[in-house]
Order: sequence, then C-alpha cells, then structure tokens
Amino acid sequence: MELFFSQILDGLSIGSVLLLTATGLAIVFGLMGVINLAHGEFMMLGAYITFVVQNLFRPMGGLVFELYFPVALVVAFFVTAIFGVVLERTLIRKLYGRPLETLLATWGVSLILIQLIRSISTSMVIGIAAALAIGFFGGQFLSKKIGDRPAFPYLNGVMWTAAVGIGLVVVNSFSSMRAIASPWFGPRNIDVTAPKWLQGSWGVIGGIQLPGLRIFIILLSAVLLLFVMWFLTKSVWGLRIRAVTQNRQMSNCLGIPTDSVDSITFGLGSGLAGVAGCAITLLGSVGPNLGAAYIVSCFMVIVLGGVGNLLGTVFASLILGIIQSVVGSGSLLTAFPGMPPAAKSVVEFFATTSMSLVLVFIFIIAFLQFRPNGMFPQKGRSVDA
Amino acid sequence: MTTDNLLSVSNLNVYYGESHILRNVDLSIPKGQMVCLIGRNGVGKTTFLKTIIGLLKQRSGSVQYDDQALSDQPPYQRARSGIGYVSQGRDIIPQVTVKENLLLGMEALPGGMGKNRHIDPIVFDLFPILEKFLARKGGDLSGGQQQQLAIARALLGKPKLLLLDEPTEGIQPSIIHDIEVAVKRIMKETGISVLLVEQHLHFVRQSNYYYAMQRGGIVSSGPTENLSDDVVQAFLTV
Repeated sequence: MELFFSQILDGLSIGSVLLLTATGLAIVFGLMGVINLAHGEFMMLGAYITFVVQNLFRPMGGLVFELYFPVALVVAFFVTAIFGVVLERTLIRKLYGRPLETLLATWGVSLILIQLIRSISTSMVIGIAAALAIGFFGGQFLSKKIGDRPAFPYLNGVMWTAAVGIGLVVVNSFSSMRAIASPWFGPRNIDVTAPKWLQGSWGVIGGIQLPGLRIFIILLSAVLLLFVMWFLTKSVWGLRIRAVTQNRQMSNCLGIPTDSVDSITFGLGSGLAGVAGCAITLLGSVGPNLGAAYIVSCFMVIVLGGVGNLLGTVFASLILGIIQSVVGSGSLLTAFPGMPPAAKSVVEFFATTSMSLVLVFIFIIAFLQFRPNGMFPQKGRSVDA
Repeated sequence: MTTDNLLSVSNLNVYYGESHILRNVDLSIPKGQMVCLIGRNGVGKTTFLKTIIGLLKQRSGSVQYDDQALSDQPPYQRARSGIGYVSQGRDIIPQVTVKENLLLGMEALPGGMGKNRHIDPIVFDLFPILEKFLARKGGDLSGGQQQQLAIARALLGKPKLLLLDEPTEGIQPSIIHDIEVAVKRIMKETGISVLLVEQHLHFVRQSNYYYAMQRGGIVSSGPTENLSDDVVQAFLTV
C-alpha cells in the first residue's frame, strides 16, 4: 500500500510538471489561436539552464551551492520568457491568422532548438554572433543612397546570405581547436544533482515517507498556478489578456495594445514551460529530446481539461500524471495482491511507460465521447450565442 | 488647412480583397455636431466606420482627424487619440463582468486602466441598469443592456469622436429613447462629435447633417432639416 501511495505522489509530481507546461500552452493557444509546437523545447531549455546554473554554482560549494536551485528557477523563467518573446516578435507575429503555417514554423523551431542544444559549442556561438552582427549591422556601413534604392531588399538578402556563409566559415575554421569546438552538452543526457535540502524525506504522514523532491515540485506548481490565476483575474494586464482572448478586434478598438498583450502572454507561457523544465531535472536525467515526450501529454491535458479552462487543466494534468505513474509502474499489483488472474494479466499488460500512455489515450477518447467539450465546459448565455 | 472639422474624409476607397466597397467617399464631421450616415443594408456604412477606427485599411484617399492624417495607425492608437467605437454587434467582452467591461473602456485614456480605476458615475446616471448588473458577466446581458453597456464603455474613454453603428437595431422603443437622450446629453455636456449610422428615423432626425450612401458612394448630403421624405424613402428601409 505504501508503494501505491508513493506512486500516487510520483504521479502528482509528474502531473504538476505537466500542469505548468500545459497552462503555458493553453493561455497562448487561447489568446492567439497559436499551437506552439516548440513549447516542449522551451521546457528542455529550462532544464539545460538549470544544468548550466548548477555548474556555475558548483565551484562555490557549500551553502551557496545549496541555493543554486531557486536561482535556476528564476533564471529559467526569465531566459525562456525572453526566448518566447523573441520567437513571438520575429516569427509568430508574421504568421498571425495562419494556424497551419504557424504549426509548421514552430515545429521547425523545435527541431532547430533540439539540434542547437546537441551541437552548440563556443565556436558555434562565435559563428552565429558573427553572422548576426554582419546581417544586422552590415547595412549601416553602406551609403545612404544605396539604402534608398528600390532594390535594397534584394541587396539585404544577399548580405544575409553572405553573413551566413561567413558564419559557417568561422565555425569551420575553429573546428581543429578542440577546446572551443567541442560541444557544450552533446547529444547525451545530462544529470542535475538536487541540492541536499531537497533530497531525502520531509517527514512521515500515516507511515508514508514524503519525498522532498516530489513535495517541492507539487508545491512549486501550486504556487505558480495560484500566481497565474491571480495575474489573469486580478491584475490589469490579466484583464487585458482576457479581453483580447475573447474579442481581439474590439479590444484593439478599445485602446488595448494587442501586440504588447501578445508578447507578454507568450513570454509568460514560455516562462512557465522553462520552470517546468527546471523542475523536471529533479525527477531524472534529461536530454535534448525531452520536449517531444512532454508536448503530446500537454495536448492531451488541454483536450481533456477543455481549452482555456484552468480548473480543467489542473484536474486533467493530475489525473494523467497519476494514471501514467500508477499504471505504468505496475504498482497496482503490489497494492492489491489478491486480484483475480485475468485482471492481473491486464494490469501487467499496461505496466510499461508506453502502454500506460496507450491506456491514457483510450481513456481520453472514451471520455470525449461523453464530454466533448472537456471536463468543465463553459456555461451561460454567451456560449450559446 | 485648419478647419472646424474634427474629421474630414476625402476620396476614400476601400476594398475587401478585390471587391470595391467604398468608392470616392467624401465626408466631414464638424466639431460638436452629429452627422448621420444613412443607406440601405449592404451599401458600405459599417465598412466606412471600420475604416475610420482602423480595422480596415483604405487603398487610397485621406482621412484627416484632429488635423492629423490617419494612415497606418492600428485601432488602439486611434482609440487613444479619442475615437470611440460602438460596433454593430456591440462586441461586449462576454466572459468578463460588466464592471470589467467598463474598466476596459478606460484603456483609451492616458495611462490606460492602470492609472484610471474609477468609473465615472455619469454612465450609471445615463444607464441605471448597468449599476445593478456590475457583477454579472457581460455576455449574460440582454441585447438592449449590452447596447447600453457598449455605449457607456465607449464614453468612459472620453472620446472626441463617437462612432455609433446602428445603436437601435433590434432594441425595444423605451431603450432606444434612453440611448437617444444619453447621446444628446453627452454631446451637450462634453461637446463631442458623433458619427451615427442609423435606420431608425427618429434618431436620424436628431442629427445636424446627413449623408446618404448608395453602392459605396455618397449620393446625397446636407443639413438634416433638408432631409426630405423622398430621400428618406429612397435610402432608409422604413
């Protein structure tokens, strides 16, 4: 029975991570109708940021090192949020109102980010910086006359192509120097050591050990979710976000700066994914493909909970987390040893990670037959209209 | 050229894709006056208002507002420069409360909602029903209540020019009367200009000038007292 409960705690902590990620995805989708397939990769970025922060703190040792995790949480939030804002301003804004293209473009971004993490090295950073510098500032050295010509956009394109070429040359010229050409992370998984205060047990309730890591993750996502709810329902920007989500054109006509609202929401959503990635490093080793594994579960959470419904998202993610963890680990067998052989073989059949996902899919398909709008569909006059 | 006109539109052409909707429209709204735009369904009246607020882009022609050319500003900048818009569908934000809808109206003021938290009680004086329903969801109000809310919300932004798109459409006579009284009172007290798109003859008669539209062009205009019954017959569906 104890094992069963600890599996439920496991499920709750996985569910909390899902909750953070799915909340971010859901508010972005609700606001802009944009499905961000790179959302899982923001999570992965958050995990790698945690790794970097840990390594920066390690030489300091002692008490300072113990504090790296809270710092990593904050850094992960803000760095992924900035990444999100940049992505929104440079790419997603240009594709507004074209959901299919956005889907493809964000998928492309996710592939780029995965490969970037695998192969990023000092030489590559230098190359990218050189290319960007030439691309952005090269035009400044040209005379004003050329800048006014109608053919300037083509010239600009040529310059960017040249910049990319120079960047590649820079990267290749460093390739013989092992020290700066070797990748920082490489394709292999990385491990983050949890600080001591998170390891071990935080006490015992009813004979069940409370593992610090899992309780911390559950509390973290609860606190963040409460903050997001407060932000959306009580703050001025929250009201702006809700107004633009529900009626973008009229909100614009009322004087709400819709482009700033888009950026802030996208930043918030991405930041939440970053924090989720930070939390995930506590649960096991993480690799460049982390995002792909979680984005599917996130979509399932959103479908199950109902789009734009925070309460539904909470329940759906916790339920999915628990199902995956309890069924996937097969701990039902240990919890109920006296079950008939037929049921036993069914439980054993689903007791792997992938089969538990299959069970989750079946559950969702069955559920949507009865509640097609998710767990808590919106009611009232405005829905019917 | 400085004039007494708050808004002057000349040679405006607007397209939806390739279909030509507004053809060489000229229209001007003097300061503190009400101008009414009449015409049958589908002639381009709503398109005209949407172009003024910036939801649609003109292909050619000029729109001068407050002695400045409006060309590429997005709607929220136009709202902040003092254009209030009450759309035909009312466009109440459905899942937020009446109070929050009213607060959103103050986004057009300098500093937006963040600096302006106090709802001017004049809107409750004009539309008492709103005060009773402050805590309700905007989408749960009836059509007439939503119309009152939409006008109150636009007024809270203290506009210099109020665009009203068929404010009496599908609304019971007593509320039509309330809306007429409210608009006239606001004009008298604050000196704003109003551009009214309307089918309801009594409301049309309240305006100072009329413009009649047919197939995207202005075909007749002048002071409203010259609006003869023949013209009304031709351009209003009454």
